[in-house]
Amino acid sequence: MEHILTYMTFIPIAGMVVVLCLPSAAHNLIKWTAAITTVPPLLLAIWLFVNFDRTQAGFQFVEHHAWIPSFNIEYFVGVDGISITMVLLTALLSFLCMFASWGIEKAVKGYFALFLLLDAAMMGVFVSLDFFLFYIFWELMLLPMYFLIGIWGGPRREYAAIKFFLYTLAGSVLMLLALLALYFSQTPHTFDMTKLIAAHATYSHTFQTVLWLALFIGFAIKIPAFPFHTWLPDAHVEAPTAISVILAGILLKMGTYGILRINFAMLPVATGELAFYCLGALGAFNIVYGALCAMAQKDLKKLVAYSSISHMGYVMLGMASFTPQGIQGAVLQMFNHGTVTAMLFLLVGVIYDRAHHRDIEGFGGLASVMPLYTGVTGLAFFAALGLPGLSAFISEVLVLIGAWQRYPILTAIGASAVILTAGYILWTLQRVFLGKVNEKYATLPEISGRELFTLAPLAVIVVILGFYPKVVLDLMSASLDSLNQLVLSSL
Amino acid sequence: MSLDSVHSLGYILPEILLVLTILAVFIADLVVTEKERLGELALAGTALSLLAVSRLAGTPDAWLFSKMVVHDPFAIFFKVIFALAAMAAIWMSLGSKEIKGPNQGEYYGLLVSSTLGMYFMASASNLLMAYLSLEFVSLTSYVLSGYLRHNRRSGEAALKYLIYGGVASGTMIYGMSWLFGLTGSMDFAQINAALMQGDPGKLAVFIAVVLTLAGFGYKISAVPFHMWAPDVYTGAPIPITAFLSVGSKSAGFALLMRVFYPALSHAGADGSWQFLPGVDWPQLVLVLSMVTMTLGNLSALSQRNLKRLLAYSSIAHAGYMLMGFVVLSNEGLRAMMFYMVVYYLMNIGAFLVVMIVANSTGREDIDGYRGLAWRGGAAPAVAMAIFLFSLTGLPPLAGFVGKFYLFAAVIRQQFYFLALVGVLNSVISLYYYARVVRTMFLDFPDGSEAPVTVSLHNGALMWGLSAATIVMGVYWAPVIALADRSLQFFKG
Repeated sequence: MEHILTYMTFIPIAGMVVVLCLPSAAHNLIKWTAAITTVPPLLLAIWLFVNFDRTQAGFQFVEHHAWIPSFNIEYFVGVDGISITMVLLTALLSFLCMFASWGIEKAVKGYFALFLLLDAAMMGVFVSLDFFLFYIFWELMLLPMYFLIGIWGGPRREYAAIKFFLYTLAGSVLMLLALLALYFSQTPHTFDMTKLIAAHATYSHTFQTVLWLALFIGFAIKIPAFPFHTWLPDAHVEAPTAISVILAGILLKMGTYGILRINFAMLPVATGELAFYCLGALGAFNIVYGALCAMAQKDLKKLVAYSSISHMGYVMLGMASFTPQGIQGAVLQMFNHGTVTAMLFLLVGVIYDRAHHRDIEGFGGLASVMPLYTGVTGLAFFAALGLPGLSAFISEVLVLIGAWQRYPILTAIGASAVILTAGYILWTLQRVFLGKVNEKYATLPEISGRELFTLAPLAVIVVILGFYPKVVLDLMSASLDSLNQLVLSSL
Repeated sequence: MSLDSVHSLGYILPEILLVLTILAVFIADLVVTEKERLGELALAGTALSLLAVSRLAGTPDAWLFSKMVVHDPFAIFFKVIFALAAMAAIWMSLGSKEIKGPNQGEYYGLLVSSTLGMYFMASASNLLMAYLSLEFVSLTSYVLSGYLRHNRRSGEAALKYLIYGGVASGTMIYGMSWLFGLTGSMDFAQINAALMQGDPGKLAVFIAVVLTLAGFGYKISAVPFHMWAPDVYTGAPIPITAFLSVGSKSAGFALLMRVFYPALSHAGADGSWQFLPGVDWPQLVLVLSMVTMTLGNLSALSQRNLKRLLAYSSIAHAGYMLMGFVVLSNEGLRAMMFYMVVYYLMNIGAFLVVMIVANSTGREDIDGYRGLAWRGGAAPAVAMAIFLFSLTGLPPLAGFVGKFYLFAAVIRQQFYFLALVGVLNSVISLYYYARVVRTMFLDFPDGSEAPVTVSLHNGALMWGLSAATIVMGVYWAPVIALADRSLQFFKG
């Protein structure tokens, strides 16, 4: 399987071209074509999972072709322990979100074409090992997202879409300057990430610090870290369900992935100095801030959005700890949050499709009306809470154990937020599902087969990883340990 | 080698063909009643001229007409751009509803004359020739912007252009007279020798350079010589606006590069250029570049008329191109040349869509584009989105590659603050470009707008330019190689 990563990235593009050629009125044909297009990447992802060499820390399934020789830009892709989990997550969520998009009625062809383009761009970001290629895929995500939020979104979709676009573009252009500076710092000039990583000792201190901050701002906007987070509640709430899932499940992880792949590996000295403030303290603040904001929300989707900010804070704290537990917990949290938050947004979509609002106070006693839905939501909510036995507990505990060794106070702050998280989740559960049945919704239809189909794989993963996280931890431990060693040796 | 007038004739076949085209159009105007044929005649003549230019591509460099005009790859590169711009403008004029009536003969004749003037601007090697060609292009542009006879905005545009252009060229010729006085010659090579080896007063040279910059700055619509641009772009007929924004601007840049680089600077061995020490024109142009970008982008934020918005965006793009100008390296110049090709594709495309919508609905304001994608105008809406996002500089479109080369040249020479201002301006520009895209796609029509139809004639050019914009976003190697080969100034 020589070109597996190329297939995974470009099959959606081929699917997009096919979808664009179909007649606009053939909605079912378009939907099924698009859905079938996401199956090969999923199967290839499963193959990757089976055949990934867990003992090797370097890049596997590498492909290396010249693209623009005059600038030394190459088509260079590969995966290692850091990116494999994200590649698997992208393939899975893209497949499931196809079915979550079944309810789209307006301009169906455009929607699915843009979705497939987005899919290809996301996969490309995680597999790119040439900085220019990485940047191209990173920017390529923005255009489909703008249209997907702006055309098929909620009442304030235009505002949310342009805010997302402007914010992310501002971060990306700083990344462009940083990547050009890195390019010119090497002789011969190169965008090859492996070479830039290997040359990490040659960058001067000021150079590292300035570049680290420039790149960090770009990635922090994506995570999103306070104070660059204000685009997230708007974008998540206004986007259609499937796009919210993709946004929360995958796009947010790109920020932390970028920090690991670029900031940690290429600029380790600056990482060592700035990690406490930029990652540790900011991460702990994210955890508490996100939880407090979530507690104050009346809109269910906005509550889930703020809980995303809170959970991503754990990732930041774990990365800052420079311990094996911390960093593995961080990447595991990236994967877990992807699955859990995907479930949460899908579940919010279920109730929104039926009741056409997301007002928490407007529901009540849904447990007796939709018992199966309540069960699945209960599972998702408890996973978000970090209940032992479900996947998020393992990653949060690993992060806290790792961070305790270095920053006990920040860990205490982060751990205390668990109570806040439990607070808003249980309170929401009580207001929406328990208590007196709201007469308006006494006859809501139960969760449908299609919706269950999108949730079931995620639920299975959440439960399995709660008991046997080794399945995922094995994938990442070799690469993460070597990355950790790299940063520790530069401290 | 330096040739006298008789032997130079073989080298100016493209110019001769243009002159013959102009004469043919004027003569045919007397007999032909269907004036569109004149446009087709002009198109054919310009195409022949383009062929002649490309056939001259490999021939050895020479000075022509007793060193008034130079023949080198740099001139050929720009002549190709001018010919393509003229062909696009003629094509657009043939498909436009504004260019009708009995005066079309003069219109097409003047359009081709303007192109002829641009040819000489790119190949001037004498101050007098530079001035004459610049004036020639300006005069023809004044008349062309006022082409719409009974349209007040068009007349206002022409008058403003004339007055502003007159002042600017007056300032420029004054500066040129100082240069002549300081160096004793109007020939670029001799000016260079006199400045590099002699000892002219630094302040005097600086003042002369600043005054000369006024004329060039006006042509490329750089701040503070930009004020004519919004009114002229809005008032002129759309094909002329497109022609001015691409052809005239490229001509201004060509002449600017030729005067400031081979004439006023000295090339080093490693691709960098040194200017006369003490004459700090790169610092001055650096500030102008930053101010131009920022003012262009900030002013565009509040525009409601699409032509005016594109005018301010054009001013901002002049600022981006000036970034490549200040870094004093071959990479910067190459980036500028590449950007001009990319800019041609994007800008002509954007104005073409404006023309298509204006043809159907008569509206040029942003509200007239409301829900364009949902009322039969999906093709122009998608094309416009491609052109506007390319102008912002988003991958994988051609505009990103152009900006990438510019930023690479800037970062290479370590002008970090300039690069930061440049990228932040790109983000600002996204806001107003996205506003147009939003109106086309995210807003829905309320039924009162006129339907939009695209004629085959206009549609062909639109699809061609959109395809080129997308293809150049992923595969641009031939163009950059051409720019590389063309970056040679003949200095004898």
